[in-house]
Amino acid sequence: MKKEKKMKLSLPEEELMNSGHLACQGCGATLAMRYVLKALGQKVALCIPACCWSVIDGPFPYSSLDVPIFHCAFETAAVSASGVKAGLEMVGDTETTVVAWAGDGGTFDIGIQALSGVAERNDDIIYVCYDNEAYMNTGIQRSSATPYGAWTTTTPVKHFKDRPKKDMEAIMAAHRIPYIATASIGYPEDLFRKTKKAKEIKGTRFLHIYAPCPTGWKSRPEDTIKLARMVVQNATFPLYEIEWGEKYTLNIKLKEKKPIADYLKIQGRFRHLTEKEIASMQEEVDKKWQRLLSLVNSK
Amino acid sequence: MKKVIMGNHALSYGAMLGRAQVISAYPITPQTQVVELLSEMCADKTLDAKFIKVESEHSAMAACLGASLAGARTFTATSSQGLTLMHELLHWASGGRLPVVMGNINRAMAPGWSIWSDQNDSLSQRDTGWIQFYCCSNQEVLDTVIQAFKVSEKLLIPSMVVLDAFSLSHTYEVVDVPEQEKVDAYLPPFKPQIKITPDEPHAFGGLTSPEHYFELRYKLQKDMEKAPALIEETGKEYEKMFGRYLGLVDEYCCDDADIILITSGTVGSTARVAAEELRQEGIRAGNLRIKAFRPFPFETVRNIVKGAEKIAVVDRNISYGHHGMFYEEVKSALYGHNDSLPVFGFIAGLGGRDITPSTFKEITNYALKKKKPEEEIIWIGVKR
Ligand SMILES: Cc1ncc(C[n+]2csc(CCOP(=O)(O)OP(=O)(O)O)c2C)c(N)n1
Ligand code: SF4
Ligand SMILES: [Mg+2]
Repeated sequence: MKKEKKMKLSLPEEELMNSGHLACQGCGATLAMRYVLKALGQKVALCIPACCWSVIDGPFPYSSLDVPIFHCAFETAAVSASGVKAGLEMVGDTETTVVAWAGDGGTFDIGIQALSGVAERNDDIIYVCYDNEAYMNTGIQRSSATPYGAWTTTTPVKHFKDRPKKDMEAIMAAHRIPYIATASIGYPEDLFRKTKKAKEIKGTRFLHIYAPCPTGWKSRPEDTIKLARMVVQNATFPLYEIEWGEKYTLNIKLKEKKPIADYLKIQGRFRHLTEKEIASMQEEVDKKWQRLLSLVNSK
Repeated sequence: MKKVIMGNHALSYGAMLGRAQVISAYPITPQTQVVELLSEMCADKTLDAKFIKVESEHSAMAACLGASLAGARTFTATSSQGLTLMHELLHWASGGRLPVVMGNINRAMAPGWSIWSDQNDSLSQRDTGWIQFYCCSNQEVLDTVIQAFKVSEKLLIPSMVVLDAFSLSHTYEVVDVPEQEKVDAYLPPFKPQIKITPDEPHAFGGLTSPEHYFELRYKLQKDMEKAPALIEETGKEYEKMFGRYLGLVDEYCCDDADIILITSGTVGSTARVAAEELRQEGIRAGNLRIKAFRPFPFETVRNIVKGAEKIAVVDRNISYGHHGMFYEEVKSALYGHNDSLPVFGFIAGLGGRDITPSTFKEITNYALKKKKPEEEIIWIGVKR
């Protein structure tokens, strides 16, 4: 008899995230959680501040995750995790990986003070920011992670976001923490490897995961993965690592850098942009890309 | 002009007609539409204001304080977690005598994330030195924002205009949106006597020794004591111009009532439906809706309940280890004046549990059966 051939999987089959969660169709944030938990395993404690994920998980008394969760205040994800870590160690658990899991608003804006404190002390936690580039839980308001040009309900088309996205990696690098990585749900293996790597490091580790949001971006749910790949291929969100704030490694090299226009065109939040505006945004992406390359090549 | 708008937009229109000059706010459910509409108004210049889109409520209030100190009329809106994150700066606003006006949507506090209505967010800011108005309709919300600017700027005390999550914030009602010129006539521009300007340098809020601090707080209280009369006066003036009186309380069939249901916020209208039905059943019930929680209208409340046989206070809030907060206030209003009047304290509807006319009937029947309250707190609808 012919032996059944088993497909080789690049990620473990075991799931710590179950069906029954409350996310929208095509939500990138759910995939981020799913992949990260695959890499971290079950010995994890999550601190989740107010964000889509505080709803996605499921209503009381249910949870779609097989790991414990502390739902914490919006501005406190990082330091809540520090507290959980310290507490666990004092009661004899030195193994559990403590993860702060926050959105871009909870990271770039209201939570940055606590995050900076944690990073400066090099507290032993993994901080994950899943980035959907706005406050989605409250209905699509701008955050400082919202890119230039985007529509949100607080950056109406007449007055769209006129400032660039905050460079969170540079801010975190300035704290000289052991590990920083950008990742995208469009590159699960890369995300998986980085999460594994982060798990083995002690100190503050920062993972910034690009996670499209069809509801907030006015994109099609079936384009979520596509967008999460395009954004890397056009260098809007390059995938790289920074060790100790100094050593930059580029993970996805680009033989041919794609133009951003195709990426912008399939998202309703950029629909109002003129050719001229897109051209100047392209220039900014190019400049930022060159800056990153010079950092990567500086060692 | 009559418009059908949600409670949140009533706040935005109030701020627009009040010609707020600096708005600084941060989104939170169920307040977001307030901010969204205001940011649109600022973008299309319907409102000539600067909108500072801050990164937290703490910063939102701090920005309002700075703007107010510079002499600009300021407005913000928040809810629940956001309001309580502002707590330090709420003291700063009143202590600094800065007449900021803020909308707050009553939403229950986490944990146990909740977006539904109860009053513990705003009532736990009770002692921060803010005037607090609890509204019952979208019309009242809009009108009160305009009145609040006037009262606050006269007394140099900040005001909070409070509305319930969803049952007001997201409910559409017909609202008469007054004309700008008329509002301008009612509410003159904010012209503080002292402000931050190099022309006349002052240092605000520096180290204040025990020699002076006490008097500053005494003055704050003295001005707060002027608020009830000023609210009534500006409310009458408003009535003259716009046909709607804005007072400290709002009463319904209290004159001949044997039992008065005391409420705040939108449940007031529910209590009225219940009172009406109870009257058809032969029970003379009335409703006293307390609008101004700070300053608390002690005298007004005393006068209205004078003839009643029983009082039932319904609180959608709790001071843990004590009582419902309106219950506390009503009892203290009566102390030494009307000590024999039985006052029953009910707690209902925490975290957005419905309060319906039948809730009020249950409450009324309970109070009518008992001579006086036998329990510190009478819980309505709790699963035990
Ligand atoms: C102190 C405080 N302010 C505001 C809120 C309301 N709020 C809840 S989630 C959220 C936005 C979250 O945005 P982000 O962190 O980007 O996560 P997302 O919802 O986009 O996943 C806001 C403003 C809150 N819960 N607490
Ligand atoms: S709004 Fe966006 S981030 Fe939130 S659950 Fe829906 S798709 Fe996911
Ligand atoms: Mg977000």
